Amino acid sequence: MDVMYFLELAVNGGLAGMMYALVAMGIVLIYKSSSVPNLAQGALVMMGAYVVLMFTGMGVPVWAAIPLTMVAMFLVGVGIERVALRRLAGRPIVMILMMTLGIDIFLRAASLTFWGGSGRNMPLGISDAPLFVGKLLVNRAYAVGAAVTLVLFVVFMLFFRTRRGVVLRAISDDYTASWSVGISVERGVALSRALSSIVATTAGVMWGSVQTVDQSLALLLLKGLTVAVLGGLDSLGGAVLAGLLLGIVENVASGYLDPLLGGGTRDLVVAAVLILTVMVRPHGLYGRRDIERI
Amino acid sequence: MFYRQAGIYHTSYAADRALFPIPFERWAVAALLLFALSAPWTLSSLQLTSYVRPWLIWTGAALGLNLILGWAGQFHFGYAAIMGIGAYASVHAARRGVPWEIAVILGGVAAAAIGSVFAFAALRVKGLYLALSTLAMQFIMDWVISHVPAISGGVSATLQAPAMKLLGQAITSEAGKYYVVLGWTLFVTLFMLNLKRSALGRALVAVREKDFAAAVIGVQSFQYKLVAFAASAFIGGVSGAMLIFGLYQAVTPEQFTVNVSIELLAMVIVGGLGSIIGSFFGAAFILLLPGQMNALIAWLASLMGLNIGVEALAHIPNMVYGATIIIVLLIEPMGLGKLYGNVRNYLMLWPFGYVKK
Repeated sequence: MDVMYFLELAVNGGLAGMMYALVAMGIVLIYKSSSVPNLAQGALVMMGAYVVLMFTGMGVPVWAAIPLTMVAMFLVGVGIERVALRRLAGRPIVMILMMTLGIDIFLRAASLTFWGGSGRNMPLGISDAPLFVGKLLVNRAYAVGAAVTLVLFVVFMLFFRTRRGVVLRAISDDYTASWSVGISVERGVALSRALSSIVATTAGVMWGSVQTVDQSLALLLLKGLTVAVLGGLDSLGGAVLAGLLLGIVENVASGYLDPLLGGGTRDLVVAAVLILTVMVRPHGLYGRRDIERI
Repeated sequence: MFYRQAGIYHTSYAADRALFPIPFERWAVAALLLFALSAPWTLSSLQLTSYVRPWLIWTGAALGLNLILGWAGQFHFGYAAIMGIGAYASVHAARRGVPWEIAVILGGVAAAAIGSVFAFAALRVKGLYLALSTLAMQFIMDWVISHVPAISGGVSATLQAPAMKLLGQAITSEAGKYYVVLGWTLFVTLFMLNLKRSALGRALVAVREKDFAAAVIGVQSFQYKLVAFAASAFIGGVSGAMLIFGLYQAVTPEQFTVNVSIELLAMVIVGGLGSIIGSFFGAAFILLLPGQMNALIAWLASLMGLNIGVEALAHIPNMVYGATIIIVLLIEPMGLGKLYGNVRNYLMLWPFGYVKK
């Protein structure tokens, strides 16, 4: 048992896991406000990365392209909510899930139709030079991504203490009650869509710089979903912590299991964590336990 | 007009419980059956092999998924894995010399045994969480199927399926395969039609509407969930075997990935939850529409002199597929089966619609 190998796997896994939390936070924000489990988040992440590249392709510098993309993705998100999801409110959850899956398929195919599927690089300017912390070799792009996640998380935590943030918390608590005290639930849902699109764009940019920008970005959905469920579907802090946990477990387990089982254990570990979470503690680490009424 | 119905006046319980109580529909079903039986002579072999046979097989599978999703109301995001288990089990059995009929049934039984495991997830959670745990099981099954050499024959291997055999007679002609597939789909359809009027079907509907309430009136909800999972897995397993023996001729793990599960779900949702004729429509819609739409778009583009890249054309079918799901859910969340039902209800008394009120 090589301690350094283990530590390296754990640290890099944890950092990558923090980046999974970026995807998960997008899911959590939408679930909190409208109790829609957004299976299209992976496609939104991918689309965010593509739109950034579209803007940079038009000659806009990256630092300006990212906020522009956030605005564009916000419009996409609000459009989805207005056109598709609002009409399904109150319908059985299978239809809502299917709707988000349909949106996922549509957005993925539409992105590939307009922008093509060949892999492209995200020009973020993170150097490829190795980064050593003590003796540990740390992936620089993951480290930047994890730092961005933490910053976003702190910003969100501060935001939820402002007046508007309290409104959002009220809506996620009980939207009928919020309605009756005069809170505009529609506006709140739109606001949470905005926050979610900020996260989705960030996730697209960060993951695009780690790997290339292609359709595999949409596959982050499974990991994001697992992190969101493990943390509790309505808890942002849970998402960050669960991301850290899942990243470590996934990287360490696949680091040791891959040579034994012939590869591909990464998704297996993620799926196993998802099943175990749902079986043992469906409300996740910090989620609210719902009491079902007949 | 067509139905010539002026109210429903049954004079016996048997007439009330008939599968097709309306004479016009009996004739329509008989005509359709005749057409289905004569299809090898009336349809071209291209239509028969590339449209009708896949449509029948996928309809069978969609009906199986409809049993668990539409009747029992339990999520199943891992139906493709179940079909894969049936396919692999039956192919392995047939390759070892087990008679074909028994091999296919063995495939169904294996799928039912493993599919019942999904029911234990349903015991613990429901709704969204059941969907997620079955989704995760799909990934695990995918991995097991492709990584255990005893099942798949090694990573990215293809197992050749032996020919279909009925009573020792090898069936190799296209028409023969069509009849076998038709027989299976008719069997599943009949089973589902009868389920509608049986105690089991009503118990499943009670569990779907509210499992606690069903338990209160004496329906053992877990037992019925288990039965529903096992029965739908059996149908799925045999449909998977039919898919391999009747269409693909060879089995690889890529035929049963999560995308296939989603496609099946789309067939059920587009067709309509709990609707039998809807499953036929849904399977046809999801299978045929994207390709036809792509041909149409390519044709329109060439007509207007637009130049659409090869890559764009490759992704348009998926776009149409996603858009189909979205549009159907927006217009009629209960699916094409409900649309058909609306038309049927309207025509039932036409032109004397005021009789209804």
